[in-house]
Amino acid sequence: MINDLYQETILDHSRRPRNFQLLEDANRKAEGYNPLCGDQCKVFLKEHDGVIDKVTFQGAGCAISTASASLMTEVLKGKTVGEAETLLAKFHDLLTTDQPLPKDLGKLVVFSGVREFPARVKCATLAWHTLRAALRGAGEAVSTE
Amino acid sequence: MPSATSLDVTAIRKDFPILAQQVHGKPLIYLDNAATSQKPKCVIEALTRFYQMDNANIHRGVHQLSERSTQSYEAARGKVQRFLNAANTREIIFVRGATEGINLVAQTYGRTHVSAGDEIVISAMEHHSNIVPWQMLCEEKGAVLRVIPINDRGEVESDQFEKLLNHRTRLVAVSHVSNALGTINPVREIINTAHSWNVPVLIDGAQAVPHMKVDVRDLDCDFYVFSGHKVFGPTGIGVLYGKEQLLEEMPPWQGGGDMIRSVTFEKTTYNELPYKFEAGTPDIAGVIGLGAAIDYLDQIGMDAVAAHEHDLLEYGTRALENISGLRLIGTAREKAGVLSFVIDGVHPHDAGTILDREGVAVRAGHHCAQPVMERFGVSATTRASLAFYNTREDIDGLVAGIQKVKEVFAV
Repeated sequence: MINDLYQETILDHSRRPRNFQLLEDANRKAEGYNPLCGDQCKVFLKEHDGVIDKVTFQGAGCAISTASASLMTEVLKGKTVGEAETLLAKFHDLLTTDQPLPKDLGKLVVFSGVREFPARVKCATLAWHTLRAALRGAGEAVSTE
Repeated sequence: MPSATSLDVTAIRKDFPILAQQVHGKPLIYLDNAATSQKPKCVIEALTRFYQMDNANIHRGVHQLSERSTQSYEAARGKVQRFLNAANTREIIFVRGATEGINLVAQTYGRTHVSAGDEIVISAMEHHSNIVPWQMLCEEKGAVLRVIPINDRGEVESDQFEKLLNHRTRLVAVSHVSNALGTINPVREIINTAHSWNVPVLIDGAQAVPHMKVDVRDLDCDFYVFSGHKVFGPTGIGVLYGKEQLLEEMPPWQGGGDMIRSVTFEKTTYNELPYKFEAGTPDIAGVIGLGAAIDYLDQIGMDAVAAHEHDLLEYGTRALENISGLRLIGTAREKAGVLSFVIDGVHPHDAGTILDREGVAVRAGHHCAQPVMERFGVSATTRASLAFYNTREDIDGLVAGIQKVKEVFAV
């Protein structure tokens, strides 16, 4: 069902993305790009002693990619770098497997509807791929391809 | 509502088995014809018949099957020649598609005629396939790529074009019809103007050939390319038309079998046209399938196709213009086959996904024409593109789908 994909939380975050700004004092950042559709995403992180103090993003994309980036910035605040990596892996599983929904993903479970829309998995993961590049210090732009 | 034109679309649709299916529980409304067209039964059967009855390599066997396949292959070349009204079959080169045709010209004609400081002119509405091969050539040679600007309707600015031409211009390459906007370019005027500077012109006809009668001698273009799969033929096959004299003067592109007359380690002499440009075993089945597609179009008549699609395009344009918050991208006075649009507050990909669930197949994205998107200040559009088997009911389905998109996004 189309409403399983476009849940209210996703529509809300796509219309009013949170933390949608440049982060002046970021000490990690990366840029992501989906060449198939032209979606762009820049992720800025302020990390101190292995803990993520703040995450912001900028970019242009569809409702799924914008909402995914927005929710990502919310759930990462206060997480350690290790926890962020684990979350990324679980989020990826949420989108691409038909395992029962994990319990510890919090608000991110609203993206479970993406499972039924394989063409949109890349939209939902663009921000997270970009996050990983920022965490791992890869300076250049990452691509979903 | 019936179409105002004479085409019997109900009968035509029966020739396209793929159209009679449901997707996501809804009848398929296929409006992604600019990406690729569907195939009539006669094309599918021609491929099957070839592999079941005639499959053999061409131009070399002494046996019956090879004779038959060679005959069918060359017969298809004749069909293409008549379809484009080329002067003779030596001017019809089979390639993989429009992209390969353009690359062939860039790598042969281009590399022998373009030097440092020379210029190549394209338009701002080109598909990446008519940008990148020229950029690669310019980079190699130190030449300059010039771009004819387009106006807000998506039409080339002809007066600007004339200003771009000069004694360094070596080639003009423009699309006949824009894939992203649907604009029909005034190619005959462009060709005349370029010829007044003795500059040859390549026309990318990938989006024109499925929609209208094309006459390369009437246009007087020097090169014309199109893809088989966009004109109801198989994928992997396309055509480069070139004026015989130009093709004769050009060096071969790929080397290999079939393109040679004799080979020794000291010297190879090349085969005559068109074989000089067809190295290796070609897509024989694809060529025969393309021939079957052309037979089919001949039967329907390109004038009837154009009239029917014109009616659909007008009907669709009116319908979309009445949807609040929808903006058509590409409103040229002369258009064919394409309704490209954006909806306020909805990204084209989301629109595409929702339309798909309603059974409506469209393309969402930059349509391999990122400079066009930039020109109109959008990152992407949703594109509905027509073929002669589409109906006013298909447009009504698109409109209903767009209403569903607006409902989901509450815009």
